[in-house]
Amino acid sequence: MKSKLFDYVERDNFVFNLSGMTKLVCFLILTFTVMFSYDARVIIFVLIFSFWILHVSEIRFSQIKVMLYYVMIFLAINFVLTFLFSPKYGVEIYGTEHDLFSITDRYTVTAEQLLYQGTKVLKYLSVIPLGMMFLLTTNPSEFAASLSSIGVPYKASFAVALTLRYFPDMIRDYNDIALAQQARGLDLSRKEKLGTRIKNIMNIFVPLVFSSLDRVEIVSNAMDLRGFGKHKKRTWYSFKPLHKGDAAAIIVSGVILLISLAVTLFINHGRFWNPFLH
Amino acid sequence: METITPIISFRDFSFQYFSQSEPTLYNINLDIYPGEKILIVGPSGCGKSTLAHCINGLIPFSYKGTITGSLLIDGKDASKDNLFDRSKRIGTVLQDSDGQFVGLTVGEDIAFSLENDRIEQSAMKETVQKVADMVDMGTLLNSSPFELSGGQKQRTALAGVMVDDVEVLLFDEPLANLDPLTGKTAIDLIDRIQKDYHKTILIIEHRLEDVLYRHVDRIIVISDGRIVSDSTPDELISSDTLQKLGNREPLYATALKYAGVTLTPDLHPGYLETLDVDKIREPLTEWHTSRPPHEEKVPGNIILSVQNLYFQYTSKRKILQDISFDIQRGEMVSIVGTNGAGKSTLAKVLCGFVKEDSGSVYFNGENIKDWTIKERSLKIGYVMQNPNQMISKAMIYDEVALGLQIRKYPEDEIRQKVEHALKICGLYPMRNWPISALSFGQKKRVTIASMLVMDPEILILDEPTAGQDYRHYTDIMEFLRGLNRQGITIIMITHDMHLMLEYTPHAIVIAGGKKIGDDSSVAVLTNASLAERANLKLTSLYELATRVGLSDPQGFVQQFIDYEEANRHEV
Repeated sequence: MKSKLFDYVERDNFVFNLSGMTKLVCFLILTFTVMFSYDARVIIFVLIFSFWILHVSEIRFSQIKVMLYYVMIFLAINFVLTFLFSPKYGVEIYGTEHDLFSITDRYTVTAEQLLYQGTKVLKYLSVIPLGMMFLLTTNPSEFAASLSSIGVPYKASFAVALTLRYFPDMIRDYNDIALAQQARGLDLSRKEKLGTRIKNIMNIFVPLVFSSLDRVEIVSNAMDLRGFGKHKKRTWYSFKPLHKGDAAAIIVSGVILLISLAVTLFINHGRFWNPFLH
Repeated sequence: METITPIISFRDFSFQYFSQSEPTLYNINLDIYPGEKILIVGPSGCGKSTLAHCINGLIPFSYKGTITGSLLIDGKDASKDNLFDRSKRIGTVLQDSDGQFVGLTVGEDIAFSLENDRIEQSAMKETVQKVADMVDMGTLLNSSPFELSGGQKQRTALAGVMVDDVEVLLFDEPLANLDPLTGKTAIDLIDRIQKDYHKTILIIEHRLEDVLYRHVDRIIVISDGRIVSDSTPDELISSDTLQKLGNREPLYATALKYAGVTLTPDLHPGYLETLDVDKIREPLTEWHTSRPPHEEKVPGNIILSVQNLYFQYTSKRKILQDISFDIQRGEMVSIVGTNGAGKSTLAKVLCGFVKEDSGSVYFNGENIKDWTIKERSLKIGYVMQNPNQMISKAMIYDEVALGLQIRKYPEDEIRQKVEHALKICGLYPMRNWPISALSFGQKKRVTIASMLVMDPEILILDEPTAGQDYRHYTDIMEFLRGLNRQGITIIMITHDMHLMLEYTPHAIVIAGGKKIGDDSSVAVLTNASLAERANLKLTSLYELATRVGLSDPQGFVQQFIDYEEANRHEV
């Protein structure tokens, strides 16, 4: 009954051996790159790059399968909804209109809309592998140390570690409570009406909150008694020291960011790449 | 002796929490000398945890209140220092070994204090390894708490305070969450640490007999916030202090009293090992031969029958393998075994929370394979260990009525059933109280009442008395025995050997997912190899009987139980 937040499996390769801090910094840089630019060419480049990294990191498909499905569903819904709510947004952005075919008057599919929505999908697709990789290749113990080393106050960083530590306990408690409540006749299945189901789920949260509060007192006592918060700074047992690889990774990410910025400033003269202006 | 300064010294010390109307500690005078090993006992709410907080500094630094009198640490007024200084000298191992495990791995958790002291990483790793080796955790530095047993978590916690090279180690109920054998190992470890590293040891625990497995210098008894006794184990066991205060004395001591032996310090009754058996052989043998033989109960109808049950979460981890047993209507049964042996999973299968892979469960002869959780819950009530995990309403009445309301019973029938259940549980006068006003034991009764309203024929209870002192333990168990007399079959998952022995004639032993024993509790607790495989200990009654050389040690244990039961009826 091991229910961890996510499954960390130790491996020996370039990505795993990077410090958690490096991975976090690279993740943030590349995310910014992709979020800032609407140039499909740049994004496809990052996309390929991030899938290559995913390959190098030797993460198994089975580890990310479930997450990937959720992402796909989310992207599909997002794609449809974007079209339903603003079918002409692409036209607005790019200033031209190349109709491909039309469903109704309002819903005409244009090349501009497809480019715009396609770019958005690519953005998500290129960032998500990086995010998953950060989560799956960083030893959870190192999270707090990484956050702290990029300037997040250590009390906040440690809160992240505590979440990772106690989240599985909460899940276990939640399951136990849910079972005990079901034994009393509470129906959490789809047979119940939504309203009743929500009310029933509340019946689980009340005991969950109270038993968690009991725990908070114990944890905070345990931390006080071992000197947490004594000094302005603290060291980290599981901090991974930086090596050459870390510098290389940060430089590569930085270069990608610079290229993207250069493309934005000097080639596109704006955040959007507009192939329709010819 | 006169020249030694006590390391901890209370002088006319009283403490009152701001939130309370009366002091929790009155006029405490207590000196603890370096290198001493002291046991502090007393019922729940007597103030022993408050005393511990005063020693480790959580009072006054985290919990506020009024202090009168003084506390001197190493002869210096302790009110001048702060929590951090205090924790450098006095290390505390808390009761909840899981809750206090703040790291994601053993190594991190042990290093926690060093991290806060800004120790450089390489030095930190060295110290962690050294201290982890002291408590035999050196090879498990990368293990996560989810992979560790209760005993290993406690060792980690101990290492976590020993990295500071503290002078005093304070253990708050170290045995509360451990099975008997692991508890024994923990007491051994504490003993070794004291001897090898010359620490001063304070143990707060109400399981006196289990702590007295190893030597302690003094036992302090606290009652209602006052120190009522400060003596050696021999003196304490010889006196009637424990009995008067409703604490449990060691079972062998009770047995000796039943046999008419007057305990005196020169018999050395503090530990079973030191007891002068030659002087008590005669009266004990006489008692043993004079007691009537045990009468076997006539077997009743089988209410629950489990046959060839298999269950696994994943193909690698087989949880239950080929479990078969019968339980008769009106029995009280213990399911015992090591942590992770599959006891809780078995209960889950019976309640329908998880589905067996193969095998069958029969209720009154009917295969209940297709019964849903909801249907099973009408016949088999399940009470979790922690009542806070079950209670979802603010008021007692609503909580007990919940199951019936969900099933849409008419309002007047609900009222009738709820009031009946509350009366059985002794909660009727409090029916309109908020649950937050109740004690732990009372909350437990609320959860039992909320099962009783559905008229179950079987109640399954997970560790019904965990963390309870003797008085509350007796209250809960007598209450369950009362329910049992009214015809409800009671199954308890436990590793409390006293509970097993005194309340459940029948025990089913599970280890590694297999049933390794199914016999009377007396037989289980007098069978050395079975007890060991299930992480139990032999009862001290049996050891007493073998040390004295009685003809039938197992029979002696049974006689003791029968005698107690007969006497209880008289009361």
